[in-house]
This record gives sequence, C-alpha cells and structure tokens, in this order.
Amino acid sequence: MKSEFAVEFHDIVKIFPTPEGGQVHAVDHVSININHGEFFSLLGPSGCGKTTSLRLMAGFEWPTSGDVVIDGEKMGRKPPYLRPVNTVFQSYALFQHMTVFQNVAFGLEMEKVPKDEINRRVSEALEMVKLPGMGKRKPKQLSGGQQQRIALARALVKRPEVLLLDEPLGALDLKLRKEMQLELKALQEQVGITFIYVTHDQEEALTMSNRIAVMSRGKALQIGSSVEIYERPNCRFVADFIGETNFLSGTVKAIDKDKVRVEITSPKQEISGIGIGNLSVGQAVAISIRPEKVHLIDDDGSEVTDQGKKENQLHGRVTATAYIGSDTRVVLELETGVRMKVWEQNAISTLDPEAYYSVGDAVRIIVPFENTLVIPEDVG
Amino acid sequence: MSEKKSSIWLRIYSVLVYGFIYAPILILIVFSFNTQKLNIRWEGFTFHWYEVLFKDGQVLLATKNTVIIAIISTVVATIIGTMAALAMQRYRFPFYNTSETLMYIPIVIPEVVMGISLLVFFVMIKFTLGITTIILSHIAFNVPFVTLVVRARLHGYDRAIDEASMDLGANEITTFRRVTLPTIMPGVLSGAMLALTLSLDDYVITYFTAGPGSTTLPLRVYSMVRFIVTPEINALSTIWVAIIFIILVIGQIAQSKRA
Amino acid sequence: MISEQASGNVKQKFSLTRLLRENQIAQGLFLISPANIYLFIFIVLPLILVAGLSFLSRGTYGQVEFRFDITNYTRLFDPLYGKILLFSLGVGLGTTVICLVVGYPLAYFLAHAPTKQRSLLLFLILLPFWTNFIIRIFAWMIILRSGGVLDSLLQWLHITQAPLNLLYSPTAVMIGMVYEYLPFVVLPLYTSLEKIENSLLEAASDLGAPPWKAFLRVTLPLSVPGMIAGTILTFIPSMGMFVVPDILGGAKTILIGNVIRNQFLTARDWPFGSAASMILMLLTMIFTLYYTRKAGFGEELLV
Repeated sequence: MKSEFAVEFHDIVKIFPTPEGGQVHAVDHVSININHGEFFSLLGPSGCGKTTSLRLMAGFEWPTSGDVVIDGEKMGRKPPYLRPVNTVFQSYALFQHMTVFQNVAFGLEMEKVPKDEINRRVSEALEMVKLPGMGKRKPKQLSGGQQQRIALARALVKRPEVLLLDEPLGALDLKLRKEMQLELKALQEQVGITFIYVTHDQEEALTMSNRIAVMSRGKALQIGSSVEIYERPNCRFVADFIGETNFLSGTVKAIDKDKVRVEITSPKQEISGIGIGNLSVGQAVAISIRPEKVHLIDDDGSEVTDQGKKENQLHGRVTATAYIGSDTRVVLELETGVRMKVWEQNAISTLDPEAYYSVGDAVRIIVPFENTLVIPEDVG
Repeated sequence: MSEKKSSIWLRIYSVLVYGFIYAPILILIVFSFNTQKLNIRWEGFTFHWYEVLFKDGQVLLATKNTVIIAIISTVVATIIGTMAALAMQRYRFPFYNTSETLMYIPIVIPEVVMGISLLVFFVMIKFTLGITTIILSHIAFNVPFVTLVVRARLHGYDRAIDEASMDLGANEITTFRRVTLPTIMPGVLSGAMLALTLSLDDYVITYFTAGPGSTTLPLRVYSMVRFIVTPEINALSTIWVAIIFIILVIGQIAQSKRA
Repeated sequence: MISEQASGNVKQKFSLTRLLRENQIAQGLFLISPANIYLFIFIVLPLILVAGLSFLSRGTYGQVEFRFDITNYTRLFDPLYGKILLFSLGVGLGTTVICLVVGYPLAYFLAHAPTKQRSLLLFLILLPFWTNFIIRIFAWMIILRSGGVLDSLLQWLHITQAPLNLLYSPTAVMIGMVYEYLPFVVLPLYTSLEKIENSLLEAASDLGAPPWKAFLRVTLPLSVPGMIAGTILTFIPSMGMFVVPDILGGAKTILIGNVIRNQFLTARDWPFGSAASMILMLLTMIFTLYYTRKAGFGEELLV
C-alpha cells in the first residue's frame, strides 16, 4: 500500500460525442478519494455517470481530462490489463466456451502463476463464494445467482487491491438480491479489499456501503456515509433520491448560525429549520421533511404557534391512509392543498379504530426544527 | 409457431412437393446402374459406368482442381470475411456505409455479369487464365457470404467478455486468441462451410475465369452433359450425392453432440 | 515500463501498435481493409472496365477498338434483343411468382410442424440442393426428354398417347428454374412464418376472426419480409441465369444471360456483351433498391 487512498479521481471529465454530432459530459469535473478497505458506492439514476466512472477506473475508458489514480499511481492511458483492479460485470461476462474452473483460473494464467498454485487458489476462491466443486461445469449450466458468484470468484482470485462491481445484482430476483447484498458485504469485510460498487438502488447502497457518492448528470453531488447522505442531504436532488421526503418551497427570512427561519410559500407560514450549505436571506429554498420524522396529533382548532417549543406545526386534513402493519402511511393535504406524506409508527398495539387516522380527520403535523432541512433550490 | 396438426391437404401437398424435389435425383441414381447408354429407358443393372468414371482421367483431374480451389479460396475468404464482419459489427469508421455497400455488391449482381467482368479484368491486365484466376474469383464472391454469416452470428455477442478478459490481465491479442475467436468460432465455421459449398458448386464464374487446362468438376460435368450424355454422368452424380450426404450427416451428428 | 531511449525505428513501430490498440477507428479500418481492397480490385475495377468497354466498338476480327460507340446500347432495344430482354424479365417474374405460390404452403407446413421434426424436414429439403446444380438440371433432361421418364410414365398411366416433347421448350426452362429456386423462397418464408408468435393468432381468434381471416390479416402480412427476401433471392439471379436455358431450353429459348455469354465466348463482341451486362445490372439494381427501400433487406431473418 503506497498511498493514502485506494482510488482517486482528480477533477475527472469524460466527454462522449453524441450521434447527432454534439457532446455529452458523462462525467463532469468529479473528484473523489476512496479509502483503502472501504465499501464505496456510486449511486444515481441511469445516465448519471456512475458506470462511466467505474469504467474510467477499470481502464475501459480514458478521461478527457483529469487523472485517475490507483494506489498512488497515475493511470494515464494504461489499458485494463495493466491495472491492479478487477471488475465484476453486470452481465457476468463469463467465458461460455470455458469451464467454471478455466474461467476462474484465467486471470491467474495471465499472471503466469504456476499450475499447482492456480489449482489451490481456484479451489479457495470457489469455496469463498460457496460453490465448491463446480469447477467442471460450464457457465450455461449454472443459475443466475451462481454465475454471479463465479464472476466474483474470477475477479477475487487475483487478489486485486480494488474490486469494481457494476450493478452485479441487477438481474437477480428480489429475495436473492437481498441475500447477496449481505453476502457481498460480509465477503468484503472478510477479504478486506476496497469495493467500489455501482448501483441505482439507493436502499442497496445505504445497506452495504461505508460511504456513498450520489451522482446526477455527470456530477458527484454529495459524498458521505449513509447517515450523512440520508440525514443531511446537501441539495434537493440528494434529498429526493435517497429515501422518501416531502418538499415545501419557501424563502429565507433570517439566519442565526445553523438555524434558519423560512417563510413557506404555500401555505403562507413561517417555520424554522436546519440550514444546509451557505444560505442567504431572500434565497429560494426547498424544505425537506422526511415522513418518518414527523408526528401527528389531532387538531383541536387552537392557534398554531411555536411558543418556545423547538417544533414547527402545520395544519392538514387526511386524504388517504394505508396500514402497513409496522406503521401507517398517511397522506394529507395542508390548508392550501399541498400534499404531504407521513409515516406514523404503530407503537401501540390496539384494535381501537379511534387510534388510527381516517380520511377527513383534521390533524396537526409536528416537525421538530432539527428534522426540518432547509436546502438550496437546485440550479437547473 | 403453433404445432396444431396441419390439415390433411397440406400434408399431402407437402409430400408431393418433397416428391418433386427428390424425384430427379432418385431417377438419376437409378439410371446410373442402367445398361442402356442413352438414359432413356431402363434396360439392365450394371456397375459398368462406375468403372468408366473411375478411369476417367479428366474427371479425376477436375476433381483435384475443384478441391484445391475450394480449400484455398475458403481459407482466404474466411479470414478476410471474418475480419470484415468484426469490423462492421463493432466499429464505426469513415466510409462505413461505402464498405457495407461494397460488401453487398457481389451478392446482388447477377453471376454472369460478375463472371464476364472478371474475364475482362484478367485479360486486360494480361493475367493468364488458369487455376489462380479461378481461386482469385472464388475468393471475391465468397468474402461477402462469409461476412454475412459471421455478422449474423455476431449479433448477440456480449462485448463484456472481451472487457472481462482484458480486465483479468490479457492484452488485446491474447483476448482475441483466447476469448473472441473461440466464441465466434461456430459462426466462422458456418461461414467457411458456406464458402466451401459455394466454391465446390460454382459454375458460372468459374466458366469465365478458367483457362484451357484448368477444368473443375462443375465445368467437366457441364461439358459431359452437353456432349457425352452417358450414364457415366449419373454415376458421377450418384457418388457426389453420396459424399455430400455423408458429410452433412456427419455435420448434423457433430452439431447435436455439441448441444 | 517502456524505455524512452529506444532508437528512432523502434519508437516508430511502437506508436503504430499503440495506435491500433488505443484507437477504435484505427482498429476498425485495419479489420475492414483487406475486404475493401480485395473487393475493390476484383469487383469494382472489373465492373468499371466493363462499363467502359460497353461504349467501345468491335473491330473486324473481334478485337476491341477505341472508338466511342453508343450503338451497343441501341442495339439492345432492337426487336430481336428487346424481345429477349422482355422474355427474360417474364421468366424471372414467372419463376418468382410460381416459387412463391408453390413454396408458401410448404413453408407454412414446415412452420407448423412439430418442433422435433422441423430440423429434419428442413434438412431434407436442403439435402438435394447440396448437390451440384448442373447435375440436377441434367436430371430434368432425362425426365423431360421425348420418350423419357415423364413420357413413359404418362403413357403408362394412359394420360397421353404420344411423347410430349417437353424438352427444349420454355416450359422445360420454367420447370428447371422453379426447381432451382424453390428453396431460396421456402427458407426465408419459413423463417418469417416461424417467427410469428402463436399468441398473435390466439388474439385474432379471441377477437372474433375465423381462421381464414386470421391468416389473411395476421399471418400473411407478417410473412411479407420472408416473401421479400425470397423474391430478392430468386428474381435477381434468375435474370442472369443462362445454364438452365442452355441445357433445357435448346436453341428456342434464350435469356439475356445467354446473350451475354455468347457475346463473350462465341460471337466475340465484347463491347456489345458489356452493354448487355450493364443493362442487366441496371435492372437488377433498380429492382433491389426499390424493393429494399420499400421493405428492408430482410436481414432480420438472418438472426
């Protein structure tokens, strides 16, 4: 281990020509530092640049400008076979004309590893992915999940410093995917190498990663741990993409360190919240309130006021409910028709219908200041 | 499509069509054993014509030429054609459309036109007609067919396996050798088989580009049909059919074994 | 890593392989060049020569003289050759139509056959066509000649009394042509029909269409790509065909292909033959362009 970081992007730009003759910035000035032994995810919708970024690390693409650095060494225009990283492909990309053994052994053959060592390491790799003894089979005899594990074994057997995974679980059914998520995470912790994982599934990213880079349209919008990304999204896109949230529009009225006073546009009301980033008075902002972070009480018609409490209060009426078992999902409309979703945990076990909200109920939504995030409106 | 039982009329019809297709060949084979010389009526059973065939020097020479031409032109056309197919399925380059059109011209022009144009060409550059000109011509019409077949097989090719190979440490040449080529090999062999058949069978183009001493089997058969018309031709045809049949059956068995 | 002190030569070679490695366009060009070069030399150049030749004239002893002469083309529209041209078009068209009519039911039958039998049935159709095509035409000679197999059979069945004299007539040529091109029609049709999903016909039935209507409104239109491919594979080659008329047609039946062949081998009027070839090519190209523009090349059938 030569350097501080396993993989670094130094202001990477990657431009592709479009068929119509234009250009698209697949990766637009992205800088990331990934730590050794980290499980790092690149998360975003399709077209955000996450796969391109992975391919830039692997060496299947070269940056238009900027440097890709792996373990302290600039990669420049090095081809994939000279880089100390290995990839697990979305389509598994197993060699159909070779047996499972030959597939896994391929990379070692390229390193000119002696035969008995190859045998030993391939067996170990197959054990590690829980498919011992499959050596003689052909890939098409295996199920999707099994093929995926062979692809994993084939890459891991080379003991790379960094493993790149391109949406490897995409083709699996839900149950299998959840199982594999846990297995992959366990594997990474066991082997200890850096995993860089591309996915569009935010739940998957949150579950498995140490840190996540949320990407959109070629830019890395926010890099942080699952907790940081979820609790303190730095822009509207991230707040929206990760988990569920409610958005209200407003303008900044006053700023006092990290506490911000905002006037909501509709309904016209003032609330307080935590400011994200550098806000200024008069700035247009989005107020993000997560549905599980609020509390509902019956509205007894009394006036809405802070009164020294550290909570915001909003008025609304229930328009739909869904009982999920562990919680009840409530959709309400505020006075001006703005919709909000709230998830009330069913903390008390009761059959009493009065305990559950029904359509038409007037309610007050209680949102603590620290659960109210004031985020700059995205520019474009 | 569905496997509903076809109506009885359809089945009778199909049998008739199959009969139409096979009748000439069966008659040919039967008459090869005919004692009568003229291929008109059946007189008696004999192997005589097969004897004549095997002693026929011209036929043997023609066979030798045909095989040599077929093998050489197939090998060259397969290499050129496979490269071209890879180029067209995987890359974008200047004059792509022109190359594609160029590739399809030999398939679309009538054989007789291609034949005479090659004749004109060779005469004008003063290249003596002979086995070499035949080989050069065969390569010319084989390349597009090989390309077509290999291209069709390349359609489902997952480029990721080439990337995986490089990712695992193989450079471009090793990747081609160990991964790409083995994967496309069934398609390449298909194309080669097609080229071989087209070459073995070719009459028209060979007719125009052959020199005096360089006859091939189809040419020889043609002149026998025009001038000799004894059952020796039938004997030759029967043997030809038998050989093809054996090769095809072997091919089918090999294919089903692999699957 | 690579040493930078290499001599000028080594450094140069290094960049060429590097260029091929890194540059996608270079790789593509490298791969397509052998084909392009070869086909240019042996297909394009010869055709250009022929085009040029078509405007020259024939000298007294059959050599080519560099006199510009358009009469080669005008001669083609003489009643003599004009008739042959039209006749060739007619034969081509007729062959194609008959093949489609005869072949469609067969293709339909194959497409509906039990899957296990299908490859065997296809194989059986193809088998005769792996044999040399001249041999097969010769077989028809035996069958069709006076007093030959067909005559003997028909007389034995008391359908006819005297020989039919089928050989050396346009009828014989048509039989030969249809025999020759039938698989070129049956195979694409089969491929096209086979791809029609059963669920489409079930949907038609569900919506109230009787079987014959379902065929006309669903199956037939969807089999059009096959018909197009079959037509292209039949009509174009049939226009240049000269072997079948040569063997089965005798002196009475001449197609454009025969004319061209004769000009180059017996009559030794290369310019005229070239002109005829150019016209044939033109007809072929017009046909192909028109057809493929209207309905694609049928490549989807290859997959």
